[in-house]
Amino acid sequence: MIEVRKLVKRFGLKNVLRGLDFHVEPGEFVALLGPNGAGKTTFLRILASLSRPTLGEVHIAGYRLPAQSAAVRRRLGVVSHLPLLYGDLTAEENLRFYGRMYAVDHLDQRASEVLELVGLNARRRDLVRTFSRGMQQRLAIGRAVLHDPEVMLFDEPHTGLDQDASAMLDKVLREVAAMGRTVVMTSHDLARAADLASRFDVLSRGVIVASVQRRDIQPDGLLSFYRQAIQDA
Amino acid sequence: MKENPPLVRSSHRLAANNFLRALSAVVWKDLAAELRSRELLSAMLVFALLVIFIFNFALELDTATRATVTSGVLWVTFAFAGTLGLNRSMAMEKDRGCLDGLLLTPVDRSAIYFGKAIGNLIFMFIVEIIVLPVYSLLYNTNLFNPGLILVILLGSIGYVAVGTLLSSMAVQTRTRDVLLPILLFPVVLPVFIAAVKASSGFLQGIEMAEIQPWLTLLIVYDVIFTAVAFMVFDFIVEE
Repeated sequence: MIEVRKLVKRFGLKNVLRGLDFHVEPGEFVALLGPNGAGKTTFLRILASLSRPTLGEVHIAGYRLPAQSAAVRRRLGVVSHLPLLYGDLTAEENLRFYGRMYAVDHLDQRASEVLELVGLNARRRDLVRTFSRGMQQRLAIGRAVLHDPEVMLFDEPHTGLDQDASAMLDKVLREVAAMGRTVVMTSHDLARAADLASRFDVLSRGVIVASVQRRDIQPDGLLSFYRQAIQDA
Repeated sequence: MKENPPLVRSSHRLAANNFLRALSAVVWKDLAAELRSRELLSAMLVFALLVIFIFNFALELDTATRATVTSGVLWVTFAFAGTLGLNRSMAMEKDRGCLDGLLLTPVDRSAIYFGKAIGNLIFMFIVEIIVLPVYSLLYNTNLFNPGLILVILLGSIGYVAVGTLLSSMAVQTRTRDVLLPILLFPVVLPVFIAAVKASSGFLQGIEMAEIQPWLTLLIVYDVIFTAVAFMVFDFIVEE
């Protein structure tokens, strides 16, 4: 579903990604772990077609970036630590706006389904600026799944959430993944990543330095795997 | 001439429909959000009214002189208030990451540009519609002149076409509030000069033949910069 070969991204003289290779099968949930400045967000922005690669090849769902970026964007749902929602519109208006941008069919019905999925049906007519951070993040997931994308990208979705809000977000994330979507999520929170993902990749200094399947690791072994990977990098 | 096959025609029609749907969604979103917050319009309006009040007290003019300075005062007011609106309109997209949200949608990115530009133009027209009668009262000058309205229309289009493009550039920087006027005013100078000359011509009853070159300049500027914005917006907003 996602195929990345020899990806390089430079900002001026600084190499942020240095020949990164990455492959994700359909239906996989990959947690991308790594220290600050490793290049996780830059990598996700390239996958999301918000940033152009300097060198290398990126294919998503059979389409090449950046040449076929519109086709890729149609198949992508993106959630970052910012909600990408308009505070002066209601939850329903935000979904209707994005639904029109994605040309979603039967928009009223789809918006209702999504609001139900993220548990915000009762607040559908409230302005988003009156929502708590957790509610905004749940609506952000609703926005991202509105057009039923094949691939979901989550960039540190738990940032700024308290325990309850994070737990609720995890529930929604599991439901989204259970629908058979391919998911790539960056995270600093190893415990949450261990709970959600089916594969763990460690990104350090612009390359993937280690990768392990969930079935090949003990439930409490992720921290030592991560530390060893960073140490060996 | 060879006619396009039906499949190509229908794909063109679909692309045009998608473009118009995205454009109208962006315009609707900007108007609906502004209707709730009234942040942008109230700031532009208060600022515009303050400028004409200040000019009214700073320049104690006789009736004859008023007619000659009116167009200058009007366009300075529109330019300052417009800059405020352009900055705010794009900052609203950037602050909550909404610009990324827009860029993630599978639409032609020029539809986003035109949607934002039309929204900005509507806000600018609303301010102008309110400022003109207030100015007429304060300066005791009749501004209800069809020629002047045409110049304001053409000048505003040129100003907003360039302003929306440059504000999408400036918003990416930390110094966006300062950067926009520094970038914008030199580029829109031809619009201001042409608009002031043409407005002044209509207000003083000068012959159409003398005003015509300024109107032509405004139209040419509008067409060129709208086309430039259409071509480069995609590159400006991408990292």
